[in-house]
Amino acid sequence: MLGKLSWDAVPFNQPIPMAASMFIVAVMLGVSGLITWKGWWPYLWREWLTSVDHKRIGVMYVLLALVLLLRGFIDAIMMRTQLVIAAGNAQGYLPPEHYDQIFSAHGTIMIFFMAMPFMVGLMNFVVPLQLGVRDVAFPVLNATSFWLTAAGALLVNISLVVGEFARTGWLAYPPLSELQFSPGVGVDYYLWALQISGIGALLAGINMVTTILKLRAPGMTYMRMPVFCWTSLASSMLIVAAFPILTATFGMLLLDRYVGMHFFTNDGGGNFMMYINLIWAWGHPEVYILVLPAFGIFSEVIATFSGKQLFGYRSMVLATLAICVLSFMVWLHHFFTMGAGADVNAVFGIMSMIIAIPTGVKLFNWLFTLYRGRLRFEVPLLWAIGFMITFVVGGLTGVLLAVPPADFVLHNSLFLVAHFHNVIIGAVLFGAMAGYYYWFPKAFGFTLDRRLGAVSFWCWLIGFYLAFMPLYVLGLLGMTRRMQHYADLSWQPYLIVAEVGAVVIFGGIVATIAQLVVSIRTRDRRRDLTGDPWNGRTLEWSTASPPPAYNFAVLPEVESLDAFWAMKQHGPVKPPDQYQSIEMPRNSPNGFVTAFLAVVTGFAMIWHIWWMAILGVACALLTLLTFGWMERGEVEISGAQLAEAERVRLRREDGA
Amino acid sequence: MRSFSLVSSALAATCLVAPCRGQGVLDPQGPIAAAERLILLNATAIMLVVVLPVIVLTLAFAWWYRASNTRAAYQPDWSYSGHIELVTWAIPAMVVILLAAVGWIGSHQLDPARKLQSDARSIRIEVVSLDWKWLFIYPDQGVAAVNELVIPTGVPVEFVLTSATVMNSFFVPQLGSQIYTMPGMATRLNLLAGRPGDYPGLSANFSGDGFSDMRFLVHAVPAADYDSWLARTREAGPALNADAYSQLARPEGNAQARTYGSVDPNLFERIVTPTEH
Repeated sequence: MLGKLSWDAVPFNQPIPMAASMFIVAVMLGVSGLITWKGWWPYLWREWLTSVDHKRIGVMYVLLALVLLLRGFIDAIMMRTQLVIAAGNAQGYLPPEHYDQIFSAHGTIMIFFMAMPFMVGLMNFVVPLQLGVRDVAFPVLNATSFWLTAAGALLVNISLVVGEFARTGWLAYPPLSELQFSPGVGVDYYLWALQISGIGALLAGINMVTTILKLRAPGMTYMRMPVFCWTSLASSMLIVAAFPILTATFGMLLLDRYVGMHFFTNDGGGNFMMYINLIWAWGHPEVYILVLPAFGIFSEVIATFSGKQLFGYRSMVLATLAICVLSFMVWLHHFFTMGAGADVNAVFGIMSMIIAIPTGVKLFNWLFTLYRGRLRFEVPLLWAIGFMITFVVGGLTGVLLAVPPADFVLHNSLFLVAHFHNVIIGAVLFGAMAGYYYWFPKAFGFTLDRRLGAVSFWCWLIGFYLAFMPLYVLGLLGMTRRMQHYADLSWQPYLIVAEVGAVVIFGGIVATIAQLVVSIRTRDRRRDLTGDPWNGRTLEWSTASPPPAYNFAVLPEVESLDAFWAMKQHGPVKPPDQYQSIEMPRNSPNGFVTAFLAVVTGFAMIWHIWWMAILGVACALLTLLTFGWMERGEVEISGAQLAEAERVRLRREDGA
Repeated sequence: MRSFSLVSSALAATCLVAPCRGQGVLDPQGPIAAAERLILLNATAIMLVVVLPVIVLTLAFAWWYRASNTRAAYQPDWSYSGHIELVTWAIPAMVVILLAAVGWIGSHQLDPARKLQSDARSIRIEVVSLDWKWLFIYPDQGVAAVNELVIPTGVPVEFVLTSATVMNSFFVPQLGSQIYTMPGMATRLNLLAGRPGDYPGLSANFSGDGFSDMRFLVHAVPAADYDSWLARTREAGPALNADAYSQLARPEGNAQARTYGSVDPNLFERIVTPTEH
């Protein structure tokens, strides 16, 4: 009746996992209890859970990312603590079967459920506003994408309470991830969570590409688009091209595990090298899916806070597209040590180095944007300067790893671990944090606390260097990744410094949470009445903060790059005598319901509860058909309503 | 900014000084490892020529063009210069051309499968990764050892490697290049120990719960000591036949080093291409 599921799946006899699962269950019950007690469910359902507004969906993505950042960080500090203790003969407090789950979960969560939703969320919120349009191309699909991502995140966290997570590393290389070597449900949790969220990511990518290609304000030609829109376009095109590879690869591994096929098994003619090639054919573009939007954020931030046009706009666009194309031609550098031969290794090594050219151009262009600017050291600019310095170090070590003979001695070492954290924290996370602070007032109508923002930045920056520079050294000393304990006592001091770094980063996380709490409590003093708190350059700053559901009462006419800056130079645009009525999409529970059914189906597949899986898929199909056939029409906002709303907005701006 | 640069320079200092005494890749004990360290240092130096000025300029621009500095120039509409653009594309391109040459030559000279030039006759060693230990077979000498690898100094060693379980990576940091061990196929690796000594080796690719103990020691010894080790091992150790191998192949954490006095000559072949039942 319940497949493989029994009470044994709950880790009653293991104190640490049990405490963690109790904590998660308590938080979930606590939050839903509070919502019930306050009677917020109808509001939540109407305004958020069924919302198809790209801004609300963007906010929910970012919220999801921040929550999962906490979960991923707890994993990280548990690992660091284990490695401080487990030196010499000591085994530490985490046995291998638990430690292996933690590093697998840390990587999976940070990439798929922290970095991805953070970037997709910011794109969702910002891109339609920057393009001067009212929503994305497919609003209901947009909500569905988000909820599928959340469904995947939920499944990963259910694995903490019921069963186990994968013990195979974040990419689950076979043959280790095959049934023969990983018979438990851990790999199945991994696979189903990522299949579900992967479909969400693909749909989000399709939506974003369509939006940018087909919906732009009048006059917004490609070469007048803000750089963030360009990097979002490049990133979304990569999603569209790369995620199907991931889905197909996981699909084959699932067939191996569920119906005894032999794509990647040791026997029956399987070849796991194929998996490693395919997973990196997705995995390397994934790096750029994450980092390109971050580059876009820094371009916006540096230009805005330098009070200057971005230097070398056309170079920036060209460099972005070059990275986009090149990112598909370098996947083999993740396994130079597989014995492919000198020619193959050399070609992929050189292709990887070539990516450093457009990336270097970007850095120089940011540098020359600062040059002869008038720099206002608001928090986003701090993140941007911290990024520029940190990122060149990460770029240097990255190019080093692209030299095959150097990689032969650094591959899989802590040097590699330090390198990818150097770029993922130093570029992706710093970019996300800069974007969070920069666009927060646009989303909520009040600014974030500046002092706590600076505290967060310094903690992250110093913590990052303390936590990861020792890892570079350890890699050179020959320490490999994913070790649960080690014999060489001379490594311990470095790991202690790294632990201190993790604690300092925790200070940054606490400061971010405190910043949010303090800012909400003092929001009346920090209202952004103008809609343009940073003296911005792009169209999102031309509307109110927070923007109305329809973003712009009248779609802006774009005449140049930095459209809003140009408008401000020419003096205010006269409001029209009469407003055209507009139609906005109605809310739809399609996404939420489908994602709920996806969780049910995924859970059922993980535990081999076949009837429940069939029921889940059938209901999901039925949901899709029902909502697909329903004639729900759209909400019309009349010209008179618009005129009134605009009158209020303009009066508020004048008052400010 | 100051506290940051203090921290980073202190860290940079430790990074440079500390590994000199260590056992890692910056302390090579053979020609392959030495050549790889040289490439590592050269490539770093080439890149630092660009990276250091970028860091300095970033900090300098950030400081000088702060809004409160009334002496700094402000050109809000300056956003294009053909000359600067040419330079910004040319500098990284030239660095990459240099590094590409290093990478191309290095990839070919240090290809793991390439045999080493030497007057001494090379020895062959077959390597099998098991859950979670290393089996080293000396096919021409007819002995085998677990988690312990004895090699003569100054003699090229031709490794042929496979895995009887999941993928691992055979790596001795002080001797140089690592290579994956993969079930159902054989990879090749050529190394040479220049000086006598004990060098730690490990698996550099995660392979399951016992992975952290998948370590071994390389004893690089003078030729005479190597010969006497062979003689001792032939006399003392048990035979590694089919039975003993199936015992050995069982998963085992923290396995002790041991030796075998004789080996089934076809064992490695059979591990690489198991007959299907």
